[in-house]
Amino acid sequence: MAQKVTISPVTRVEGHGKVTIHLNDDGEVVQSRLHIVEFRGFERFIQGRPYWEAPVLVQRLCGICPVSHHLAAAKAMDVIVGAGTGDGLTPTAEKIRRLMHYGQMFQSHALHFFHLASPDLLFGIDAPSEKRNVIALAKSKEYRELAVQGVMMRKFGQEIIRATAGKKIHGNGAIPGGVNKSLTPEERDRFLNGSEPLRADKMIAWAEEAIDLFLDYYGKHTDLLDTFSRFPSNHLSLVGKDGALDLYHGRLRAIDADGKKILNDIDYQEYLDYIGEEVRSWSYMKFPFLTELGKEKGWYRVGPLARLNTCDFIPTPKAQKAFEHYRARTNGKPNDRCMHTHWARLIETLFSAECMKELLEDEDITGGELMAGGKKQPEGVGLLEAPRGTLFHHYRVNANDQIEMANLIVSTTHNNQPMNDAVEQVARRQMTGQQTITEPMMNAVEVAIRAYDPCLSCATHAIGRMPLEVSLYDSKHRLIERKIR
Amino acid sequence: MQHIWAPMAEEKRILIYGYGNPGRQDDGLGKALADVAEAWIGEQRLGNVKVDVAFQLQVEDVLKMADMDLVLFVDASMDERIGDFSIERVTSDPEASFSAHSVPPGFIVGLYEALYGAPPPSYLIQIRGYEWELEESVTLQARHNMELAWGLVKKIILDPDILETQPQTAESDKNGSKQ
Repeated sequence: MAQKVTISPVTRVEGHGKVTIHLNDDGEVVQSRLHIVEFRGFERFIQGRPYWEAPVLVQRLCGICPVSHHLAAAKAMDVIVGAGTGDGLTPTAEKIRRLMHYGQMFQSHALHFFHLASPDLLFGIDAPSEKRNVIALAKSKEYRELAVQGVMMRKFGQEIIRATAGKKIHGNGAIPGGVNKSLTPEERDRFLNGSEPLRADKMIAWAEEAIDLFLDYYGKHTDLLDTFSRFPSNHLSLVGKDGALDLYHGRLRAIDADGKKILNDIDYQEYLDYIGEEVRSWSYMKFPFLTELGKEKGWYRVGPLARLNTCDFIPTPKAQKAFEHYRARTNGKPNDRCMHTHWARLIETLFSAECMKELLEDEDITGGELMAGGKKQPEGVGLLEAPRGTLFHHYRVNANDQIEMANLIVSTTHNNQPMNDAVEQVARRQMTGQQTITEPMMNAVEVAIRAYDPCLSCATHAIGRMPLEVSLYDSKHRLIERKIR
Repeated sequence: MQHIWAPMAEEKRILIYGYGNPGRQDDGLGKALADVAEAWIGEQRLGNVKVDVAFQLQVEDVLKMADMDLVLFVDASMDERIGDFSIERVTSDPEASFSAHSVPPGFIVGLYEALYGAPPPSYLIQIRGYEWELEESVTLQARHNMELAWGLVKKIILDPDILETQPQTAESDKNGSKQ
């Protein structure tokens, strides 16, 4: 009797998604899918609005990474106002935006590691879900300090965002062609030399300690982290002009599973020549792919794992050292180990902390030249590396300065196929031969998806809801069992 | 959203924390109430009340609870059982569903308790909303509900002990009945 398991929606991620796992008569997994079942057309909503509103309007998408949408839209509008494609801003404007962005990366990555990944790792992925959270960390003598660090790292990143974006909700710091404020010397000094622990140096030190924590765990659980949900793929991200890791601006690079460049540092203004989006009937979330390789072979991963695969080096000393260790683990080859995403994310956390310090020590950050301009253009694309991966914003405006076309590809959409593959691999491992839905199986599916930290609010523009539903169907689609968590 | 007037001695320090996405119509009810509260508190020059807003609650919000005697979380609700608004005591809820990207008030209270000890009394005010599309303003009916909720919040600001001396206030509103 063939069976079908449904997990709907996935806990700890936003929006409404469900996982279905199909079993054959022998209890073997024959197919699994991550379905996205809600969609709200943001692109249509923004049509007709004046282009200068876009950097603020796009923050309505969700409250999880509004800064990333704010900056990606602003970058696209830089092109439209003739301020260039990323290198035409004033030094102060670019550095303020970078500081805002690295503040966002830092606090988002810290949240993911300290409040999601570390409980999974420290208490075990088989532990009950109510034990795998930051309160459990805070209650334990051994890990209490980790919870405190996580809270403070979030706080530091949020304060950086508040200082650069101007407002806590619907920030308006980035505007087409520049920014509307720089830091005051007092603000800068507070981040560099303010009261402990909210200082840049402390953030760097804690980020280093987090990597040490991960490596300690990795040493004890090498097999789990090396083999859990591992599969080859292509990888895509921005890289700096010199091949450096750069999360704010650069050129698009993709490599295959062997490390060969399959998208060679192209100008992202031309992304439509290289990337297509496939629609499948069972999901509202599209499936992007590299057109030259086609739908079957052209899908790719984005996010921390992909970024550390595509870049050649990291331009800050401590993160570079960590990167060399990380790269050595796979002998310089692309890393396809899903759970190593946590490692990569921590290296990026350290990189972000180092970048924030460098930027805060730069005199330009308090400068007065905020705006650039030029000849107006009808169309612009803005890209950056958001916490979860590459974020595309593409707009076209008419003669009345109204947006007439918008296309957003968010990181969770890029990772659609990889998440599906991750679920399938875990399902094959956990479900084969099982007659019931076990808690460890549900946890394993969650952990596999969470490594990508999907944001279904962004991907589908839904308001977040988080119950977990698991349903089991037979070959004739009859419900056998359903669990709701 | 803070103001500069110093609290009087022995006044209870109150945090009003509205959260939600004001770009999603009635999801902005928490911020809408916070805005009204901010303006009124400024006029009244009440130094013991802080007002803050956020897209959503997150773990670092435990820091905002420090030094407070009372915390009022204010959120929008889709729950049809809520007539106009409800108020209920928030207790530690370590088993609350935990998202990568937001947490419920009970989780914040639980985290505070785990990190710093007994949390200040905390209440969740939920205001019934109706529309959640990508628009900026709250609906008329939702605004009416918000104003009713603000009426209660104002009473609490003026007499925080009302929550202890008249616990039925909170209980009666739990199911949506009006003040």
